Amino acid sequence: MQILFKTRYEDDLKFLARTGEKVRVGLVVVLLLAAPLFLQNFYLGELGLLLVYAIAGIGLMILTGHTGQVSFGHAAFLGIGAYCHSILMSHGVPFSLSVVATVLLCGAVGMAIGRSASKMHGFYLAIATLAFLILVETLLGEWEAVTGGHGGFKVPKLVVFGQPLTAVWQQYYVDLLCVFAVVLGAANLFRSPTGRSFLAVRDSELSARSLGVNVEWVKVQAFGVSAAITGLAGLLLAHHLTYLSPEVFGVLESLKLMLMIVVGGLGSILGAIFGAILVSALPIAISFLKDALPPAIGQQAGLEPLLFGVIIVLFIVFEPQGIYGRWMKIRYFFETFPYYRKSSFVRQKSYLKTERMR
Amino acid sequence: MSTAASLSVRNLSILFGGVHALEDVSFDVNPGEVFAIIGPNGAGKSTIFNLISRLYEPSNGSIHYGEHDLLQLPAHKIVNTGIARTFQNIELFEQATVLQNLLVGRHSHMSCNPFSNFAFLPGVRKSELEHRRKVEDVIDLLEIAQYRDERIADLSYGARKNVELARALCAEPSLLLLDEPASGLNNEETEDVGFWLEDIKHDLGVTIVMVEHDMNLVGSIADRVMAINDGRLITIGTPDEVRNNPEVQRAYLGGSA
Amino acid sequence: MLQVNDVIHLALTGLAQGCAYGLIALGFVLIYKATEVVNFAHGEFMMLGAFTVLAYSEAMGGSFWPAFILGCLTIGAVGYLIDAQIMRRIIGQSSASIFIMTVAFGFIFRSLAGMIWGWKTLSLSTPFVGKIAINADISIGTDRVSIVVATVILCGVLYLFFSRTRFGIAMQAASQNQLAAYYMGIPVKRLVSITWAIGAMIAAAAGALLAPVTQVDTAIGFLGIKALAGAIVGGFGSIPGALLGCLLIGVIEPFADFYFPAIKGVSAYVVMLLVLFVRPEGLISQTFQKKV
Repeated sequence: MQILFKTRYEDDLKFLARTGEKVRVGLVVVLLLAAPLFLQNFYLGELGLLLVYAIAGIGLMILTGHTGQVSFGHAAFLGIGAYCHSILMSHGVPFSLSVVATVLLCGAVGMAIGRSASKMHGFYLAIATLAFLILVETLLGEWEAVTGGHGGFKVPKLVVFGQPLTAVWQQYYVDLLCVFAVVLGAANLFRSPTGRSFLAVRDSELSARSLGVNVEWVKVQAFGVSAAITGLAGLLLAHHLTYLSPEVFGVLESLKLMLMIVVGGLGSILGAIFGAILVSALPIAISFLKDALPPAIGQQAGLEPLLFGVIIVLFIVFEPQGIYGRWMKIRYFFETFPYYRKSSFVRQKSYLKTERMR
Repeated sequence: MSTAASLSVRNLSILFGGVHALEDVSFDVNPGEVFAIIGPNGAGKSTIFNLISRLYEPSNGSIHYGEHDLLQLPAHKIVNTGIARTFQNIELFEQATVLQNLLVGRHSHMSCNPFSNFAFLPGVRKSELEHRRKVEDVIDLLEIAQYRDERIADLSYGARKNVELARALCAEPSLLLLDEPASGLNNEETEDVGFWLEDIKHDLGVTIVMVEHDMNLVGSIADRVMAINDGRLITIGTPDEVRNNPEVQRAYLGGSA
Repeated sequence: MLQVNDVIHLALTGLAQGCAYGLIALGFVLIYKATEVVNFAHGEFMMLGAFTVLAYSEAMGGSFWPAFILGCLTIGAVGYLIDAQIMRRIIGQSSASIFIMTVAFGFIFRSLAGMIWGWKTLSLSTPFVGKIAINADISIGTDRVSIVVATVILCGVLYLFFSRTRFGIAMQAASQNQLAAYYMGIPVKRLVSITWAIGAMIAAAAGALLAPVTQVDTAIGFLGIKALAGAIVGGFGSIPGALLGCLLIGVIEPFADFYFPAIKGVSAYVVMLLVLFVRPEGLISQTFQKKV
């Protein structure tokens, strides 16, 4: 078993302390960078979409997994990001400026939501954010003059610093760059005071306060950072969709995001990435299944939501720590072979920790 | 590290519904002393701490620490005046590691700029290492080095109590409020706590106010003791004086003692 | 401009609609009080109830009341099973996970309902046809009156149940501290499952009674979200609070839709957000400061 012997304080700050981790992550980075060399355009596009969803997942994970604020309306920030960016670019604003403006706008909206939601807890917060999502969707639909309403909005072509990037691989590299930046940034956040204050608010607001953490301000920050990152994902998503309509950013999309982080594993950045992989792979798997199953079942309209639902239930019941949890167990199995014990991961249950006592 | 500040509480009262959890309680704590608060369960001892920490709002009275009027401050600014506390039922950050908990303990000494943290600028790195060094001193003092990277959820009760004390110490307080530091500990662990509190008092010069039921611990390290019952102050004095006070004995043993 | 008669008509319809939301919210709050679980899929119980009663009714040649009773019992059994087989296994997990799981249930129920009964809108015939005339100009459908009556009856029954019977008191105990209730010999697991069953049955009843108004199709479960919003407005932890909130939303909705057509359909959420903004714990607060 690999025991990590730390000899310097810097070792605590390192991201990838073990050689195994360094090799794995290095391999993934190299493969991602080299992907256009061996993937066809269709799959490259899908991979790009996966990366975009990973960014959105990380955004939501920071808020829900790390700060404990359940947000059921994060698709709203995807929508705001996508529409804002597209509208700005269609009015001639250059790409880089539009990106900055959109991200800042989403961050500001997020902070406003965080401010109003800072006194809400648990599912009140979830429903409030859901209501926010429904209102944003309605707004996008009704504000026809600006957003094109339900008729849709055509997304301008991707043009960065005057260079049109119309090839799939070019768009892919833009997505990849953003993913690297977001993953690095999020990881930085959590080895620094800001991220720790997020964790503190998640686990015990009371003692966080007594240690000097301004809980309301932390929630505002968490919402802001999360919204900004999700907004970035939204604007990248716009370039993949090429045509926006309000229905795309509705409750189903929010559920997809939630599914990503819960099934991926709450509380870890890697979990968000796993979740994104699952959510992207699912429609492809379902379309394979549709051909394999008898037409009576396979052609039903409700098959996709049904499978989504079943997968969520199965994960929550059998693997509450999500794919990340399962991944840790598998890793542990190989690291400690043949001394692997299932009971290493058994945790004490807490009965009815009542949310009514805050 | 210790400023010669004294805690002075005057006429502190709080009403919950129609019940006076505290009624007209006044006391002073001198800098550098160990001040114990004793009383039967439900007497209002933790309530005093919660009022000082500004988790509750008093209905009457005043609390001053040094030149700070605590009632003018919000809860998260109290630690900046030099007051840190532990909780009766351990309020640690369960899903985080011991190190993370201790580093949050130093939060009041850290600057928390989301943008520079997102980019992890060199200044942030330097500050992180600085605080990590300071935290290590506390780890050494309380002998929790073996738990550094463990999640709180995996620790035993005794270990958690140590981490809770360590976290409060990481804030570099001049006044430490300890809510039942020895509850749930066996004799050996209680003795350890006694030694540590002595060290904290003598080496770090920290004033300690503790709510405690263990009379041996109180007798061995407390300079002065305050006894309260039913929200009201009974008496303040040395441990012996308080122990022999007939009203205190009545409160604990009930009826004629 | 609205005439007085229109106002009264809208208010009455709104009241009935509010009672409809209230019926669904009743089930929500029951389950929440017993287990701290927010069952996002409660609207789907209502939808399944409507479909099941319809299925029984057609199988029995069109009669309503026997189908109604059978349908409610069936859905009650479904609720019981959901708790006994699934919810029990996930005790102790974070409430976010549990909440998401109930959302997933909603999806599963909707999909199953569509697969079994089709995606078209169907019609359930109930004995509540015709209108009751209040005066020469105002009349209200009997179907809507039946909802109001059902709400009143059920509230009364539940109130007596919880305050007067041993069963009810045991449920209250279990809702406040499960471990302690176990130690006192209360069969907590069974009680919780029965609570789910009762909640589901109420929702199914609501579904069947509402069928003349909403018709029967897979989308009617979304009423559950409005009921949730209404319950939040009033304060989620108490039955009277939830009802108050739902009635409020029910009455405000038609007027809001008339004066602000842009927010048609989402006025309930606007009200909820406004209330939460001013009083983040709902109108009748149910949360307490944690004792440390």
